[in-house]
Amino acid sequence: MDKRTKITEILHEIAGKAISPADDESLFDSGLLDSFALADLVSAIEKAFDCTIPDADLNPRKFDSIERIEAYLEDHGK
Amino acid sequence: MPFLRAFGSYLPERIVSNAEIGAHVGCDAEWIKNVSGIDQRRFAADDESVADLALRAAQSCLDKAKLSASALGMILIASGTAERQFPGPAATVAHRLGLDSTPAIDVPLASAGTLFAMSLASRLCDSLGEILVIGAEKMSSVVLRQPMERGVAILFGDGAGACLVSPTEGKARVLGSALHSDGAFAEDLRLPFDRPLEMNGRSVILQASRKVPRAISELLEKHSRKAADVGTFLMHQANQNLIDRVALALEVPADRFYSNIARYGNTSSASMLIAAAEWAESGWPIGESVCFAAFGAGFHWGALLAQVEA
Repeated sequence: MDKRTKITEILHEIAGKAISPADDESLFDSGLLDSFALADLVSAIEKAFDCTIPDADLNPRKFDSIERIEAYLEDHGK
Repeated sequence: MPFLRAFGSYLPERIVSNAEIGAHVGCDAEWIKNVSGIDQRRFAADDESVADLALRAAQSCLDKAKLSASALGMILIASGTAERQFPGPAATVAHRLGLDSTPAIDVPLASAGTLFAMSLASRLCDSLGEILVIGAEKMSSVVLRQPMERGVAILFGDGAGACLVSPTEGKARVLGSALHSDGAFAEDLRLPFDRPLEMNGRSVILQASRKVPRAISELLEKHSRKAADVGTFLMHQANQNLIDRVALALEVPADRFYSNIARYGNTSSASMLIAAAEWAESGWPIGESVCFAAFGAGFHWGALLAQVEA
């Protein structure tokens, strides 16, 4: 399964329904996810990609869109 | 060995409903409830100062402990909303309690201030004697400043809480505490001079929902306890959704976390001790472990563990 598909699956799970945001669409400003879902999203990414995201990296903007999540993971060798 | 001897609190009389604050900031009451769990909050009168609120909580706490203010070895007052840069409310409160030489120190930490002050008091009381810790906030004076941010203005209320920390006697023995600070996200929750409180809610929620459970777990592990062993969690009342999330992360039922946020909103550094004072009103359950926890601007966060004794 490629990275983008995996991220989309996580988003479906967190949102509790099928959502189809554009790659660069803000998941939070668009209202697709609320602020409290951000913590769930980060935890789900850690689990799915077998990584630990340090607190210093927990800038909400890094996880604001599919594109940015993918970029973060790529920067960290995932 | 430090003890928690008594709690006290003071809430201003004026109740501000979601409908009232919603009309003021341009949002509906139901939305406020959904995003925060808050039904209403208290606002102090225009002529009520942070020191006024603190004094009322201090008197309530001393009455419950049946202790004269003259027996105090130190006063610590946490507040992020003192009316002036200096002096803070501590010296004023000490003076109004009739004290003229007892050290009274301001702890200008919002939200986590009382937790830090309780931890300091528990370490200092062996040499200084009885220490009165107070958290007092007049959040209405800072969140209603223009330009008002509706997502912030709806969350806060005014109030004060107090706790007497004793080296010799009390209802609960303090077992230990874990305190942490990290300035990397200091700009995400701040109160500039003459501007309203500014908050990056997503960042605060993300950091708090990871750091608070971790601090609690770290402290419990140090004292050979599990979260399930704790009878009551008395956490800073920031947001009901955050409290529920911390409970979930620790895998304990949400009702183990005392909550009064629906009635008072987020009273910043006062909230944890207001909650403690209400919790103690129904009797201190003998043998129960009690865990305090807070997270606030800075960021500062941590936890304190106590055990109720016979």
